[in-house]
Amino acid sequence: MKALMTIWLSAMLLLFSSLAQANLTIEITRGSDRATPIAIVPFSADGESLPEDVAQIISDNLERSGYFAPLPRNAMYDRPTTGEEVRYGQWRALDVRYLVVGQVSRAADGYRIRYELMDVSGQRRMLGESVSAGSNELRSGAHYVSDQIFEAITGIRGAFSTRIAYVTAQGTDQDMQFGLYVADADGHNSQQVLSSREPILSPAWSPDGRKLAYVSFETERPAIYVQEVGTGQRAQVASFDGINGAPAWSPDGRRLAMTLSKDGQPDIYIMDVGSRNLERITNNSSIDTEPAWSPDGRSLIFTSDRSGGPQIYRYSFGSGQTERLTFTGNYNARGRLSPDGEALFLVHRSNSGFQVARQDLGSGRLVVISETRSDESPSVAPNGTMVIFATQQGNSGVLGAVSADGRASYRLPSARGDVREPAWSPFLN
Amino acid sequence: MQFKSHARTLAIALSLALIAGCSSTGGSRDGSMDGTRADGGVGTGTAGAGQVSGTGVSGDRAGQQADGRIPDVRTIYFDFDRDTIRPEFESVLVAHARYLRSNGNARVVLQGHTDERGTREYNMALGERRANSVKRFLEVQGVSPSQLQVVSYGEERLAVRGNSEDAHAQNRRVVFAY
Repeated sequence: MKALMTIWLSAMLLLFSSLAQANLTIEITRGSDRATPIAIVPFSADGESLPEDVAQIISDNLERSGYFAPLPRNAMYDRPTTGEEVRYGQWRALDVRYLVVGQVSRAADGYRIRYELMDVSGQRRMLGESVSAGSNELRSGAHYVSDQIFEAITGIRGAFSTRIAYVTAQGTDQDMQFGLYVADADGHNSQQVLSSREPILSPAWSPDGRKLAYVSFETERPAIYVQEVGTGQRAQVASFDGINGAPAWSPDGRRLAMTLSKDGQPDIYIMDVGSRNLERITNNSSIDTEPAWSPDGRSLIFTSDRSGGPQIYRYSFGSGQTERLTFTGNYNARGRLSPDGEALFLVHRSNSGFQVARQDLGSGRLVVISETRSDESPSVAPNGTMVIFATQQGNSGVLGAVSADGRASYRLPSARGDVREPAWSPFLN
Repeated sequence: MQFKSHARTLAIALSLALIAGCSSTGGSRDGSMDGTRADGGVGTGTAGAGQVSGTGVSGDRAGQQADGRIPDVRTIYFDFDRDTIRPEFESVLVAHARYLRSNGNARVVLQGHTDERGTREYNMALGERRANSVKRFLEVQGVSPSQLQVVSYGEERLAVRGNSEDAHAQNRRVVFAY
């Protein structure tokens, strides 16, 4: 009992510590062969030294998406900072299709970023904007500009201003330390939101991006908590006998699907977050777990071993019917649907190990998209272009990301311990 | 690799049992002496009569403990994707059952674990299956369900890190936490 109290206290003491940094860096592991050539010219800064290289952040963002191949700076003979200075012939000669130029200047309470996006072949300006950013918001400003450029060219909303939640772990067995973090989608600005000597897993963002539901063993048993990311305020919402796991928010943010084994074996339940009322969705002697909602909220997918090994099933609220979705291989688990509901991302056991795969629900065809071998916890970006997942590098857990079509990938290694259980936030702006 | 690990575990179990056997003068039959004491209390008290019950399977050395002491072997291991109790660990379970029957106030948490392969929440469910399998075994042996609690840790508390078969085998376990 005393040990339990100590653990509880230390968890509470460290709860709001934002000092502990666990920033992730990014290594591009594979560039897409279909990437569009673009040049992001270094932004002028009026001779000032700025805390962030805005053009570099934009360039890294665009490259990571797999949609763009930024021109290296040392290949830029000309460095215009406004659209009027652009000599298109030079850039055409470099096979660059788009060009981004801009300036950053100090403003009353922060910075002003001016940027222009030029279509090189059409010799025209596609976009031009002046953006103000607070004194600590230069990176956010660069992410905002990246979003605008990405959408103007691809027609797809950019997801560079989103965040990721993830879990860190160090040690083994009885001597472990766990942390729950949120960071920008590029791994910067990490902030610890929970620390514990007991396991933390399955973080899930609420649809408004303000709350995280997760599983914590801080009472030496699993329980589901909901925490406001901004304030740290939190509540325990499920602590039944047995497993309390795999929380998943409904698209309207009012309900949580979860796995409970209080009635004998792991089954899927839905909790009304306001009233805490429970509705049981599955009821059989097999394992049913890892629920996720369809974007329209009309169905739930989940993992079940009712046919022997784990496979993905879909329960439709309207009909009350359950259908099996996956048939390729003997292990398909922890499915997540794309924002358009047409693709299913999951963990698939192939001949080479556990990998992230995409199954198109129309054709039923399953394609492995990750290149690593111990992959789990896929989480889809809110614009559906990338999937972040947990993998291994040596004996360490790291995060990896792969484009939805499998063509581009990158890794986010951490300097400290294992990083796992990534959860990509919804759009936050 | 897996066999090696089993063999080693068995060897440890047997040697612990031998140590216990050598020094086991402790404990009385009704367990009134040291019933709630944790490990480390070896060889105190006076010899009680009939402390070895007649289950008498050869090699059942882990079971030859005084009823008043928590059995020394507190971890049993499982095959990949299995929740069945391996024959070599039945004696360990029998010893815990005997201890728990004799000490009605004793409580144990059966902590179920898996290796790190596969998804975390699915492994949480597999870990619970293993712990429940041990729970059922103990209940059949006459242990009161009120003495037993199951907590699955899935793959969250690996005993050994690494991708080798040997590491995986040592992670697939149920731990008796008194």
